[in-house]
Amino acid sequence: MYKQDQQHKRKMLYDRYVKYLFIASAVLMSLLIFSIVFFVGKQGLLTFTQVSPSEFFFTSHWDPMEKHFGALSFIAGSIFVTMTAILIGAPLGILGAVFMAKVAPKWLRNIMRPATDLYVAIPSVVYGYVGLVLLVPFLREFFGVNSGFGILAAGAVLAIMILPTIISISDDALRSVPQPLEEASLALGATYWQTLYHVLVPAATPGILTAIVMAMARAIGETMAVQMLIGNTPLLAISMFSPTSTLTSNIVVEMGNTPFGSAWGNSLFLMAFVLLLISLGMILLIRRIGKRGYAV
Amino acid sequence: MIFLRKTKLMALVGSLLVGTMVFAGCGASQQSAGGNDKKEAAIEGKISASGSTALLPLLKPAQETFQSKYDKVTVNIAGGGSFTGMNQVADGSVQIGNSDVDLPAEYKDKGLVDHKVVVETFVFITNKDSKISNLTLAQVKDIMTGKITNWKDVGGDDQAITLIHRAKSSGSRATVSDTVLKGENFTDNAIIQDSNGAVVKAIASTPGAIGYVDAPYANDTVNTLSLDSVKYTAQAVIDGKYPVYSYGHMYTKGEATGAVKAFIDYVMSDEFQNTEVEKLGFIPINKMKQK
Repeated sequence: MYKQDQQHKRKMLYDRYVKYLFIASAVLMSLLIFSIVFFVGKQGLLTFTQVSPSEFFFTSHWDPMEKHFGALSFIAGSIFVTMTAILIGAPLGILGAVFMAKVAPKWLRNIMRPATDLYVAIPSVVYGYVGLVLLVPFLREFFGVNSGFGILAAGAVLAIMILPTIISISDDALRSVPQPLEEASLALGATYWQTLYHVLVPAATPGILTAIVMAMARAIGETMAVQMLIGNTPLLAISMFSPTSTLTSNIVVEMGNTPFGSAWGNSLFLMAFVLLLISLGMILLIRRIGKRGYAV
Repeated sequence: MIFLRKTKLMALVGSLLVGTMVFAGCGASQQSAGGNDKKEAAIEGKISASGSTALLPLLKPAQETFQSKYDKVTVNIAGGGSFTGMNQVADGSVQIGNSDVDLPAEYKDKGLVDHKVVVETFVFITNKDSKISNLTLAQVKDIMTGKITNWKDVGGDDQAITLIHRAKSSGSRATVSDTVLKGENFTDNAIIQDSNGAVVKAIASTPGAIGYVDAPYANDTVNTLSLDSVKYTAQAVIDGKYPVYSYGHMYTKGEATGAVKAFIDYVMSDEFQNTEVEKLGFIPINKMKQK
């Protein structure tokens, strides 16, 4: 009787205090994130004490030693590379997801799904290196261009890197479309292709859009592979094969030798802050898409 | 009551503050006394350095032998880049700032003392398929500034020139800019790689490519160019015939004292300069006729 009482007391005690552990973890996490955002934002916005916003965002003359801080080519580069990656990667990924979710036999699916999840784990420097050694020379010879470095090289490698994100989220979305929808369509005499095209994919659209936006967020933040393939020169891209820069690649190339607290260093922080805002925007977009539910 | 508590707290904080000050004061005075009076016998303490990554391979062996000579000294050397080194030594967070470049104007009034410890040379390299083996300095300048964009204009095949080199923040780029471009700007129409090794790799695999690297990095996967018909050798640099070089600097805030002075003296000693320095592809400072 006494022993039971003791045990019960201990459990009650545990119950009462464990919630503080969770609160503490939550507070610590949010504190960390907010202090990062605050620090990057503060350091970045200091740029505007020496550089005008219109110069930073709307000119592409980047020569910090000569006090020119035009970051347009980096912002444009980031956007172009991400768009290229989505244009190549999204159709491939969605078709792959449809195949995996609805067409492939069970045994094949059981191999493909773990394989897809696995290749998220390949380090990006490996993708970059393969791109540098195989893709760049191939593009140079196939299209007969000067160097092969540029938006297409970086975008193509990124397209492969974002495939797992697109495939696994779209796969989940397609598989969670209620079975009765599919059965009703087939019962009304639609062929399987028609069912896929007119019922399943439209019903899964919010999930697929979420997949694409998440893939974009990953693509725009990718650094290592892009840095190895883009050419890293502050020049607005005039073709798919002309070397240019992205926000991430310029930060990683220049940060090492840039004095902290100088206008140059601050402008790199500002680029990081711009990236952060873009990612934040994308996350808000995902939340809105997610709320829409089935578009049937 | 609250007031009382507050005063107690203040008293506590106050005494802690005083305590730390006294402590720190004692430590500092002891250290400087030890450094000045006893010379060789009692060199001890910690030396921290940061900066140029090009100088790192040179300073690592120096650090090891120095530490085995004086077992009471700990030397920490970090990379971070030339500007990081100069910045940190200027604000006092390290004792030595390593740099490939001369002090920029904004550091001139920070009381930094320059120690030139080594000569670093740079060579221009091209892809193997190029038949050009010699360029004049003027031609190199025109290629780097984007005035010449085809190899046929310098006596080669009809092939576009692809410039592959280093980022705007690189010390190597600053040196080439000073010694070859002399005030003009590099063209932005180029491919930038962020290390010497990556530049060599990219030039080796890109037809029509040209660029520059620290001399020790040029290997047989690329062609090394002669400048004004002078082939790069250490002797050519010493004789003043090959102009693309810079000094490796170690900056200290104020004159170096104690262990820091001993370490810099060791790096500049004949013992170190005549063995490791040449082995690693740098040129010993004592062989250079100082301007």
